[in-house]
Amino acid sequence: MSEGPPRMSLIVTKGTLDWAYPPFVLATTAAAMGYTVSMFFTFYGLPLLLRKLDLQVSPLGNPAMKLPVGGAHLGMPNLLAMLPFADAGATAMMQALMRNRGVASIEELREAAVDSGVRLIGCQMTMDLFGYGVGDMIEGVEVGGAATYIEAAGESRINLFI
Amino acid sequence: MQPPDQTLDARGLKCPMPILKARKALNGMQPGQRLEVLATDSGSVRDFQAFCRATGDALLEHTVEGVVFRFLLEKAG
Repeated sequence: MSEGPPRMSLIVTKGTLDWAYPPFVLATTAAAMGYTVSMFFTFYGLPLLLRKLDLQVSPLGNPAMKLPVGGAHLGMPNLLAMLPFADAGATAMMQALMRNRGVASIEELREAAVDSGVRLIGCQMTMDLFGYGVGDMIEGVEVGGAATYIEAAGESRINLFI
Repeated sequence: MQPPDQTLDARGLKCPMPILKARKALNGMQPGQRLEVLATDSGSVRDFQAFCRATGDALLEHTVEGVVFRFLLEKAG
């Protein structure tokens, strides 16, 4: 374990609107508490580094997703969730809910992560696989592979796979 | 009640924004200076206690007035 401030590493594998929250909330909070944080973005987590975010959430195959509607909590049956615009509708509802209830946007949290010096590492293999270049990503993104993550994880007190 | 050097209004904001904004405010302050934080996030009591234990800043006071939590932090030297 290296000297200096405590470290945390995160592997970010999911890029939907809902799953984007845990890694950015934890990374920014850890940085605020004095941790040196590395986030490694791979597979569907990689698009969270794109300049323009277009995050969506899908009710399809997600029976736990129940949004508050008029005092009740309603889910959407798969038969309806597979229809066109179901994702767009669910995304709009989720975004409105977040705005109304004072939940920060992912753009805001990502900016806070950058401002607080969180290391953002894009997985090279995923970039090659899905056809992304460094130019598609926000400023300051590093590119690395598994060894880059393992080195960061080996020095970290907290390691999470999300 | 001790007078703060700076006040941060984090009312209406959910986790983790009160903590992130407190960090930012503290970064611009001198050791020994005091930051007052107003928040409505009911998770913030435990969070500010944990935050101060991790950073070494002192949580001098935490009080509740209606639905508003008030924290007084003193930046560590």
